[in-house]
Order: sequence, then structure tokens, then C-alpha cells
Amino acid sequence: MSAAVELEPVPQQIHTISLFVNNVPGVLVRVALVFSRRGFNIESLVVSPAAEGRFSRMTITCSGEPEVLEQIIKQLAKLVDVVRAIDHTGDSSYETEIALIKIEAPLAERTEILQVAEHFKARVVDYGAESMILQAYGSSEKLDALISLLRPYTISELVRSGKLLMARGKSTT
Amino acid sequence: METQEDSNQKLPTGGEKIIQCLEREGVEYVFGLSGGAIMPLFDALVDSKIQLILTRHEQGATHMADGYARATGRPGVVLVTSGPGATNTVTGLLTALMDSTPVVVITGQTITSMLGKDAFQEADVTGITYPVVKHSYLIKNAADIPRIIREAFHVATSGRPGPVLVDVPKDIGQGPCDAPFCDEVELPGYDVATRGDPEAIAEAARLLSASKRPVLYVGHGAVISEAGKAITTLAEKLRAPVVTTLLGKGAVDETHPLHLGMMGMHGTAYANKAVAGCDLIMSIGGRWDDRITGRLADFCTDAVKIHVDIDPAEFNKIIRPDVSILGDARLVVEDLLPQVEMADTADWLEQCEKWRRLYPLKYSKQGGLRAQHVLDRLDALTEGNAIITTDVGQHQMWAAQFCRSRSNRHWISSGGAGTMGFGFPAAIGAQFGNPDKKVWAVVGDGGFQMTLSELATAFIHNVPVKVLIINNNFLGMIRQWQEMFYENRLSGADLEGNPDFVKLAQAYGVKALRIRRPADADRILREAHEHDGPCVVVAEVVKEDNVFPMIPAGAAVSEMLIEKPKHALEKPSGST
Repeated sequence: MSAAVELEPVPQQIHTISLFVNNVPGVLVRVALVFSRRGFNIESLVVSPAAEGRFSRMTITCSGEPEVLEQIIKQLAKLVDVVRAIDHTGDSSYETEIALIKIEAPLAERTEILQVAEHFKARVVDYGAESMILQAYGSSEKLDALISLLRPYTISELVRSGKLLMARGKSTT
Repeated sequence: METQEDSNQKLPTGGEKIIQCLEREGVEYVFGLSGGAIMPLFDALVDSKIQLILTRHEQGATHMADGYARATGRPGVVLVTSGPGATNTVTGLLTALMDSTPVVVITGQTITSMLGKDAFQEADVTGITYPVVKHSYLIKNAADIPRIIREAFHVATSGRPGPVLVDVPKDIGQGPCDAPFCDEVELPGYDVATRGDPEAIAEAARLLSASKRPVLYVGHGAVISEAGKAITTLAEKLRAPVVTTLLGKGAVDETHPLHLGMMGMHGTAYANKAVAGCDLIMSIGGRWDDRITGRLADFCTDAVKIHVDIDPAEFNKIIRPDVSILGDARLVVEDLLPQVEMADTADWLEQCEKWRRLYPLKYSKQGGLRAQHVLDRLDALTEGNAIITTDVGQHQMWAAQFCRSRSNRHWISSGGAGTMGFGFPAAIGAQFGNPDKKVWAVVGDGGFQMTLSELATAFIHNVPVKVLIINNNFLGMIRQWQEMFYENRLSGADLEGNPDFVKLAQAYGVKALRIRRPADADRILREAHEHDGPCVVVAEVVKEDNVFPMIPAGAAVSEMLIEKPKHALEKPSGST
């Protein structure tokens, strides 16, 4: 994390879990209940079809006590519809995320915004008279840093995809 | 040429297909109650060799299926309608989930096109039951019926067993189904452990053989996997004492000299002293429940802990074992046997025997009829040959203490969920599974009234269960806690105004007897035991008796109270 950028304090470690699940109704609820029963809040959740259509991928980030997380992973793995549950916290998996950021700024102020955007390789995907939308991608930490730099301007809407993750090499996601 | 309609008529309906699938699973009985949405399945039962046991409430049906499953090891099946019929099974599902018993609940549902539109008797039953099932299905396509029923039975009975719910929309039950039967199960990611890891087993064998003060702690997993014989051999070979959980009773003969009885909150003093004093404790199919460990920070702090379980999620959930062995309890213990050597436990066994002599289970012989006396006499009468089920409360703990289980699947009690109302219907289910055995339900006056309508079921099917009501006109365990921890400020514990249970049973056509004096217990219990049909025995016991020993919830095992303390106690800090 860049020392130059002041981020909001992170109270607990963020954990990243990947799930390989049967693509059937109800699987998302079963997964969510494992977290909610233990009072865990899911920070982000991405669900998408896997290479083989009868399976789905879920990438979940959450914060909480490591001991409880260990139990959560085991309980997730125990679900009949969950094929694999892997805790990727701290491993070297490739991670990425997309953010859409709507900024309300008069045309006169935009030079600085565009400079920040340029630095983070964010693209302008909508450019109106009162507002503009930036699209940025990269690690969640990079997006945090970008958003932090844009805070002085009026961010009227922010949508993030949630973290996507894939294990490198022969490791399994 | 055949029209589409003609060919459909030759096909079984979805309901018929489901019932045929149940027949292929070897189902003898379904316990249930009908209603609009489940009618296609009830209709198919008319032509089936499967016998329908019509209950008076769906909770009763679910407990019957559970009792049948616990007594036989085979899955119990429930058939109920949509909406309230289905939601009435939720308590039974929780009971089965907490105690890992194989129950398959089939519920009717509104027609597919009305799902989510607040149709009459519609309830989101899969949604309501997610937290209380091992797995569940909503059948959206009749072609999936054979696969789903096969999977439901496979999931319910394999690995760590548990309840599975199958929700069947009425149009699926009514419409045609031309799918072939399914024998194979393909469930990616659903792995069932069998044999344990050889290295972990070798390490456990080394630790066991080196232990001077070992304890074998036997849980429900040992009952489910039929591990008792292997555990008895292990105990004898090691010369190690055995203690069990409430649900582990019966896995190992409780009259065996190495058996110290039940451990935990209301376990025997000698079992708990052994647990508190051991240098090694091995759980075989137990889950270190809070009723077992008491205050965790003080539980067996210096003892080596070995944990054998078929569910990997149990490892590190409550305690961090020194050795964990994932596998079927019986197979793991059988693999352990040739590797262990006789441990040097002579002093330890002598110590345990000393505790057994110093702190026997006891009760006052004065001041009227006591539950313990009646249960002591029931134990003498049945000699472990009867299946005993219980409800939840004081009578349950006294029965656990005084009715010594001699063989597997002869002790049936709601442990994890602590479901009042379980004991009587569970006994009916157990009796259906074991027509040649005597079955006794030991219940309290509180719990019995939650499912007593099943007296009609027992009467109509002439199920020869015996119901022993320990009647103290109180919710006794509540009263005991309020006396001990709440300055005897009784709140909602008094059941004064109970019906006359003898007359009540007679109104259902069921024979009923009453015990008032200790001297009458033997005679009346025997009369009931030998009666060829259902029989209720009401034991009018002293109102204000307490269960001891007791480890207050959240206290350490070593803080066990052998008898009623002279001073007031602080409110317990532990879970419930």
C-alpha cells in the first residue's frame, strides 16, 4: 500500500475466498447463510459462470477473526453444492477489480481529475456537462488509492465489481 | 396412432415415480399428514407396498421418522403438504440436523407457475429450511425426480448423516414423468471420508499407548458408525476408561467395568472426575459440545487431545486437537487396534474406581415417589433390552443416569436441539423399525403435552410403545435453574392444572396406569411392559427434586456440584 495515500483505517484483515459451486438455484443463499449465521459481513461478492456451464465461480471478500474464518471455509466446503472452497488470503493469486466512478465537476475543474485518472490508467467512459464517469481497473488497493485521491472532488456515485481472483500457475482457484 | 394424451396416460405421474423411487430405496414406512399440494403422492401410496403412518401433526411425523432412523440406522421418511404442513417439520429438521440423523422430508408445494405468487398454502419451504437441512431440493422438472430422490437418500445417509428436504410442486407430482430410475450419484465436491490417515492413526496409537491416564470419550458418531465393538476392544486392550456423551450412550455397554457412564453437565461424578484428571482424551465421534466441556478455557488443559470425526469442520471448531483423524469412527478405531499397546493405567483405573465408590449416583429414598427410583426400576425391568427414548429436561437426565444402555441404538434422545416433544413420537418411529423390541418413551409432563396428539397414532396402529410420564407438574429443569440461580423466583415453570394423564390416555383408547408409591413401581412398570399394546404410565413424582451431579453452564468440569449447594450461586455464564 502506498504510504503517500491516506486510506481509511482497515479494522481487520480482509480475507479472499474463492468458491467453485454447482450452478443451481439456492447455492448463493446457502453460501450467504454460512457467513450471516456467524455475524460475518460479506464485503464483496462476485458470481459468474465457470468454464463448464454447470458450475459457477464465486469470489468473496470479508473481514473477521481468522479462527472464525477457518470455520467458515470448512462449513462452506461442507455444503453439498460447493465443490471447492479455498482461502486465498495472503497467497500470490492474481487479483483485479473494476470501478466506475461518477464525478460531479464543472468543466473547469476537470484537468486535475484527468491527470489523476491518467496516472491510474483510468478511462473516461462518459463525459457530460455536469458529470463524468471514470472506469478504472486493477488491484483493490489501487482502486482504493484512486478513489481516495478523487474524494476532494464530488464523487456522486461509485460502483465496484468486487474482487476477481485467479490462482497462478498450476495452483487451483 | 397414439395421441400425446394416450401416451401420457401410460406414464407414471411424478407422484407415482417418487413413491416408486422410495420403494427402490427400501422405504417401509412414510410418516405424514396430507393436504392439497401433496395429494398426488398420497394417491400414489394407495397402490404402494409402503405403509403410510398417518400422524396427527407434522412435527410428530418428523420425530417419528427420526426415531425410526436412530433405532434402525435406515433413513426415516416424512410426507407432508405445503405451507403450514411443511413449516411444522422445521423443529424436527433442526432436531435431526443437530444430532446427525438421516431423515428425508418430502413436502408438497404450490404449482410451479404459482411459485412466489402467494398461492394458497404456499410457503418458501426451501428458503425457510436452509439453515436446518444438510441439503434440499425444489423439483422444477419431472425428469429430475429419480436423480433427486436418489441424491436425497445418498446425502441423508452418507458421511455425517442429516436431514434432506425435497419440495415437490403439485404439477410435478400430478404430471407425467418418463425419466428412468437412477442408481448412480454424481455429486462433485461431496466426498465422504472412510479410512483415516495412516500417519495420524500411528501418532494416535503412540500417544494412547504412552498415556498413563487416558479417557475414551464416545459420541453419537460411534453409534452411527457402529463402532462400539471396536471401541470396547480398544478400551480393553489399552485398559482405558470409557465415558460417553448423552447421545453416545449404548455404543459401549454401560455395565462394562471400564465404562464410567455419561460425562458432561449431568454426567456421573466419576466420569467427569476422570475427564478432569486425564492426561489424554480421545473423542470418537463427539463434537466437544458445551454440555461436555463446560468452561472451555479450563477443559482438559494439560491433556493430549485426539479427535476422530467424519466431518472435517468439527476439527478446530471448539478445541484444537493434537491429532485429528478424519474418517469413519469404526474404521479408524479398527485401524488403531493392532497398533496400540497396553498402557500403564493400573493406578488410573484404581483412581477411577475410587471415584465411582466415593461419588455414586444416588437419590433420597424418603419423602415420596422419586423419578430416579422409577427409572432405576425401569432399568432393572428392561435390563437394557428395551429401546428407551426420552424427551428433554430433568427426566431425560435422570433416565440417562439410571437407565444403563447396553447396546447400540437402544438409547434415543434429542441432544443438540433439546427438543421437547421429541420422545414420544420418536418411540413410535423406533417401534415401527423394531416391531419385536420393547420401546419405552420416558417423558416429562411438559414435553409430552407438546406432541401427545400422537396417542391417536399409537392407538390406531396399535403401536405397543410404553410412555412413562415423569409428572412433577413443573417444567422441572426450569424450576431447578430458577431455584439454584435465580433465587427461586419461579417464572413460567409451574404446570399446575395439568390434565389427568390417565384419563387423557384412556380417552384415546390407550391403557393407562398410575404410580403413586415407590413400592408400586415394579408391579406397575411390569404390567405396562407386558401389555400387548400402547400403554401410558403416569409416575406422580415429588414436585421439587433436582438433578445432580451438575456442572453449571459455563463452569469448569472440576467445579461440578455433586449435590445441592448450601449457598446461592451466580447466574451461569455458559450457553443456555
